[in-house]
Amino acid sequence: MDLNTKFTPETWPAHPERATLEAKNKFVGFWLFLGGETILFATLFATYMALKNKGPSGFGFTTQELYTLPLVFVMTMLLLTSSLTSVYAMYHLKSFNFKKMQLWLGITALLGLGFLMLEVYEFSHYVQLGFTFSNSAFSSAFYTLVGTHGFHVAVGLVWITLLIFRNSKRGLNLYNATKYYTFSLYWHFIDVVWVFIFTVVYLMGVIG
Amino acid sequence: MSSVAQKSGFGATLWDWLTTVDHKKIGILYLLGGLFFFVLGGIEAMIIRLQLITPNNDLVSAGLFNDLITMHGTTMIFLAAMPMLFGFMNAIMPLQIGARDVAFPFINSLGFWMFAFGGLFLNISWLFGEVPDAGWTSYASLSLHSPGHGIDFYAIGLQIAGGGTLMAGINFLVTIINMRAPGMTYMRMPLFTWTTFVASAMILFAFPPLTIGLFFLTFDRMFGGNFFDHTMGGNTIIWEHIFWIFGHPEVYILILPAFGIFSEVFSVFARKRLFGYTAMVFATVLIGFLGFMVWAHHMFTVGLGPTANAIFAVATMAIAVPTGVKIFNWLLTIWGGSIKVTTPMLYALGFIPSFVMGGVTGVMQGAAPLDYQLHDSYFIVAHFHYVIVGGVVLAIFAGLHYWWPKMFGTMLNELLGKITFVFFFVGFHLTFLIQHWLGFWGMPRRVWTFMDGQGWNLANFVSTIGALSMAIGFTVMVINIIMTTIKNERVGNDPWGDGRTLEWAIPSPPPFYNFPATPLVRGLDTLWIEKMEGSKEMITPAEPITDIHMPHGSIIPMLMTLGLFIAGFGAMFHQETSWGLGVLIFGLAFTFVTMAIRSLKDDLGYYVTKEQILQDQENIKRGRN
Ligand code: HEM
Ligand SMILES: [Cu+2]
Repeated sequence: MDLNTKFTPETWPAHPERATLEAKNKFVGFWLFLGGETILFATLFATYMALKNKGPSGFGFTTQELYTLPLVFVMTMLLLTSSLTSVYAMYHLKSFNFKKMQLWLGITALLGLGFLMLEVYEFSHYVQLGFTFSNSAFSSAFYTLVGTHGFHVAVGLVWITLLIFRNSKRGLNLYNATKYYTFSLYWHFIDVVWVFIFTVVYLMGVIG
Repeated sequence: MSSVAQKSGFGATLWDWLTTVDHKKIGILYLLGGLFFFVLGGIEAMIIRLQLITPNNDLVSAGLFNDLITMHGTTMIFLAAMPMLFGFMNAIMPLQIGARDVAFPFINSLGFWMFAFGGLFLNISWLFGEVPDAGWTSYASLSLHSPGHGIDFYAIGLQIAGGGTLMAGINFLVTIINMRAPGMTYMRMPLFTWTTFVASAMILFAFPPLTIGLFFLTFDRMFGGNFFDHTMGGNTIIWEHIFWIFGHPEVYILILPAFGIFSEVFSVFARKRLFGYTAMVFATVLIGFLGFMVWAHHMFTVGLGPTANAIFAVATMAIAVPTGVKIFNWLLTIWGGSIKVTTPMLYALGFIPSFVMGGVTGVMQGAAPLDYQLHDSYFIVAHFHYVIVGGVVLAIFAGLHYWWPKMFGTMLNELLGKITFVFFFVGFHLTFLIQHWLGFWGMPRRVWTFMDGQGWNLANFVSTIGALSMAIGFTVMVINIIMTTIKNERVGNDPWGDGRTLEWAIPSPPPFYNFPATPLVRGLDTLWIEKMEGSKEMITPAEPITDIHMPHGSIIPMLMTLGLFIAGFGAMFHQETSWGLGVLIFGLAFTFVTMAIRSLKDDLGYYVTKEQILQDQENIKRGRN
């Protein structure tokens, strides 16, 4: 592949993310990877549901007392919005508008960062209450499920930051288009997982 | 081997192998790595059998015995059988579909190094004298309470190796989806490629649960987690579910590629098109699917209740149907063929009755009420050795003889090959047939020794003699490999003379770019079609020869894995030492930095020019005459 090919919005392919064989491979491979990730989270969800509210005798914490929906609602909004902004970015990827794409991705990253900070706040709040990782089977399962998601968000943030800065000088080409695109797939995936966490962990925790 | 200038000398060669991203070389690395661990696991097995040769034996202590059975099972499944199959998949599958490489050469190399370092990590436990000792299944009720770092080695070593497996699986899937040559439709793919495809899909869905299970175990043992500790509200059965949701598909991940190898061997040496190709493909897919529905047959005695047991019993028996379809197709492939009994064919012929016996005992265990009698007895040991040795290991040996010339350009000695087969095959049945009865007579599995006067003495003695015979057979094979390598008589494209698939249409070993021009595939058994038409070049090109794009080698996969390896020790010792946490963080950071380097540095590969290829082809032709 030649990085020096200069594109214009007219010559830019309709599907830049899979315009070459390497790109197609990455594209399919990443979808498959997300399939594996789905099973990974499914295992975490199943374990969480089995261990929810379970602790040593005299264990005091329940989902109802612990979770506060308003905070989680704000987190959800931040993450959902970041998914939307990443869609805008992909729109500009396809129309070969590098500046706007970078901008929207930057906004995506900021929203993601906001989400992550609130999650850190949430966790530290629980720890202060005495709900630590080692406190019970429930706490281990909770932190592992929600923490694995948070870890994915953090990885995504580092990833997109590196991408934004690495390519800031040179603009779009068929090599990095795939990288940007797979990031957006990843980001949507994280978002979907969060929707399930919001429902299964928080909503069903408070209501059920 | 290639016309592109290469440095010589030991250092350069070593560097070449450490950094290679060529699927054929990675295939060889997998194969040799797997063979190494096969020897290790074999030695462990021999000590186990020697300990059990007489009652009240004390060749090894009870504790060491537990170490041995755990490491034997873990090593053979994760570090011997899987890698050797991956060796064939890497070396052969891309050739079969007419591809120049796999989809992700870099990740391919990463997968290999993760297997290698994971295996190393597990086995370093021997040097520490703290070895995994809760069985290859490592049930949490045992493993949480195992003192020392043995189980930690298990959890982290398998985590690293398992990650590599996952990458290999995705890589093979994408290779098959995207990189088939023109005309190579799904229903023209050789069966080995098909089984690679389905096994890889199973890896994709079976290994993430293992990853999570191992993390839980790691957390519980090293980071204060409580997943399996019932005093803290945990549940030890969760491990069993997770392990078997992975574990049962895993046994099919092993056997499907074995089926693929035998399908190739049968049709080549019966010189007939595989009977019922379409049925074979669908049976493979169906087995892959059903393989995920039956895990609880390993847990009949846990107490899941009659409804669950009944459902899983029926699902288990259902798997026997597509398996039976396959057996009949192989039989009908041989039927009326003009058979050549070569070494690979001998293994294939021996495989059918052996594997059928394993399948039958499997269905017996699948009947939940009967399994209450059989569970955790030597009957189980007999069953899974019949399917794994009688199926997977025979297939690996068949594959070794069958594809050795393609991978190394020289042919293993047929006479020695047949001697190997006789010793190994007889030894195998001698070892494991009698274990069915040992199970009926009440001998539990995983016992260190047994008392005199229970009627088990003779059977155990016979079993050990059988194991010796297998060891002799294997030794002959190693001698064969060494002799063949020293003699190094070069062979041509199609040394068996009856090759049907694309890998036999190109030189042995193939040039690093595999195909000078991408082949055009005009039907199942591509090469056979060309042969029947009397084609001279044996390949119809789909395009003129042009410049070929190739990936650069890289040391980063190995360094990335090294970071994980270091981090593993940090995790293990962080509770009792001051440096543990630092090492853990350093290792992970190291991995992350190498990953970032990989991501930030463009690697666009390089081109082999048309002239170089033509020159190379010319050299190959001249070398042949
Ligand atoms: C017809 C197909 C098969 C059926 C119906 C079947 C059924 C079973 C059942 C019910 C068990 C559990 C027995 C118990 O622990 O009480 C079992 C164990 C086992 N099977 Fe199979 N099996 C089949 C094929 C295979 C194949 C193809 C492999 C491997 C290549 C395999 C490997 C194993 C292993 C390793 C175990 C023992 C695991 C352990 O407890 O350590 N089986 N099988
Ligand atoms: Cu099973």
